[in-house]
Amino acid sequence: MSDLYEVSGLRLSLADMTRKPLLGAAPRLEILKGLDFTIPKGTVLGIVGGSGSGKSTLGRALVRLLTPSAGSIRFDGADITRLDEAALRPLRRRFQMIFQDPMSSLNPRHRVGTLIAEPLRLHGLDGIPARVARALDHVGLPAGFIGRYPHELSGGQRQRVGIARAIALEPDFILADEIVSGLDVSSQAQVLNLLEQLVRDLGLTLAFISHDLSVIRRLCTRVMVLHQGVIVEDRVTADLFAGPQAAYTRELLDAIPLPDPDQVWL
Amino acid sequence: MLDGRGAVRRRAGVRLWLSALWLGLLVGAALLAPWIAPKDPLAQDLFLGRLPPFWMAGHEPGYHLGTDSLGRDVLSRILHGARIALVVAVVAGSVTCLLGAALGLMAGYLRGWVDVVISRFIDIWMAFPPVLFSILLIAVIGPGLGSIILAIVIIDWTRFARVVRAEAMAQGAMDYVASARVAGRGRIGIMLREILPNVMPTIVVLLTLEMGIAVIVEAILSFVNLSISTDDPTWGGMIAEGRTSVHQAWWVLVFPLVTLFLTVLSFSQLGEGLKDRFDPVLR
Repeated sequence: MSDLYEVSGLRLSLADMTRKPLLGAAPRLEILKGLDFTIPKGTVLGIVGGSGSGKSTLGRALVRLLTPSAGSIRFDGADITRLDEAALRPLRRRFQMIFQDPMSSLNPRHRVGTLIAEPLRLHGLDGIPARVARALDHVGLPAGFIGRYPHELSGGQRQRVGIARAIALEPDFILADEIVSGLDVSSQAQVLNLLEQLVRDLGLTLAFISHDLSVIRRLCTRVMVLHQGVIVEDRVTADLFAGPQAAYTRELLDAIPLPDPDQVWL
Repeated sequence: MLDGRGAVRRRAGVRLWLSALWLGLLVGAALLAPWIAPKDPLAQDLFLGRLPPFWMAGHEPGYHLGTDSLGRDVLSRILHGARIALVVAVVAGSVTCLLGAALGLMAGYLRGWVDVVISRFIDIWMAFPPVLFSILLIAVIGPGLGSIILAIVIIDWTRFARVVRAEAMAQGAMDYVASARVAGRGRIGIMLREILPNVMPTIVVLLTLEMGIAVIVEAILSFVNLSISTDDPTWGGMIAEGRTSVHQAWWVLVFPLVTLFLTVLSFSQLGEGLKDRFDPVLR
């Protein structure tokens, strides 16, 4: 199995505007401190870590919303580390992203139909209405939804639109950034089921960012644990849950609420 | 069942319809002024000077709202004045809006050096005192309808640019912009297709406010005699004339003033009403 993503020595720093002096440039804050990993085709990779661990920054670097300051990212053999927006555009179709908050990631002025069709149009695909209908069908939304605005939908439905928008392009890779953390428990379960099914049916490679290990355990074949911009553990899911090696991973595991709480504690 | 949103919408509706009604009447008056005005707005008749409006003793039939000190019919002059007021409102308002919104949108979304240049330009521009600036401008390029419109555009574009810049900046940080980038949309496309529709409600409200302001600015310039020729009926010119004889003939001052007031109020209420009614997110 070949690697879809090869990442080596990835560093990324952002300007720290809170410590910017009156004159001169803001100091750089290093978020990612040299990451090396690969994502083989067909993997469902879980990326976990606490807030500030750099997991979202890593995700945004993978889909090149952010430009790394050092190291390299190769996507299916092509170096995309420093490609400019124009050179990236043809590749964009192949790596898509689903955002955490569908309320802000779906333009409130566009109807669902437009939201799903626009990326297709931008990439000059044909048979757009059929593709939109297929994408809606994949995520289990009725075809009549194309005329609706995002604010008319429930949270779970909105997130399905976000997923439909990503899969309509038939990408090789999808980055899902905390996509269930804003949903209630039953919508969470539905969206996770849907994602599982899509990965199976469409042969997707998926990176799933979450702070919730129980969600990761269910969905992912491999888990990468990030802590303060460094990979502390990167292993097959079952191994990781059987015997976590890093101290930080153990802390995360201990934080999972148990299904059967202590009666005295309650 | 009690629905709070319904109550808000109904109130907005009344506001919208009342202001649209007034502005509709005004547009009708402006278009039809030569036919519906009872008298020639320029015709003077010194024997009929300072006639009171129709319900007061001593009025003359045909002069419904009385006459000014030169015997010109107040109603006819208000109707003809609506033409100038509306042309200034619509043309100056739209041009100001286009220029200011375009610059604000570019500064707010593109950021970087574009923002630095435009923002500094706005800061410097706003340091000029506006009334003095417009008087100076008209003194240099000469009075006339075109000059008034130009003066309003040159002074007021910063109002749009600042507000639209701030709004575009806030919208630019939203995830839907990142999502559009992931989908493969370029910067110009994001600006026009993603951000502009979200800034549009603000622009509409500002545009109608600006139309009201344009009417006021035209009146102020007429008041200081820097508008179009002194003969032509303008509301500001009428107010200026009426001021001198307010103790003898209050109607010469009050009627154009009330018309001006209602017009400016209607423009601002129209903007708010349109936003409430046609914004799909609020609806």
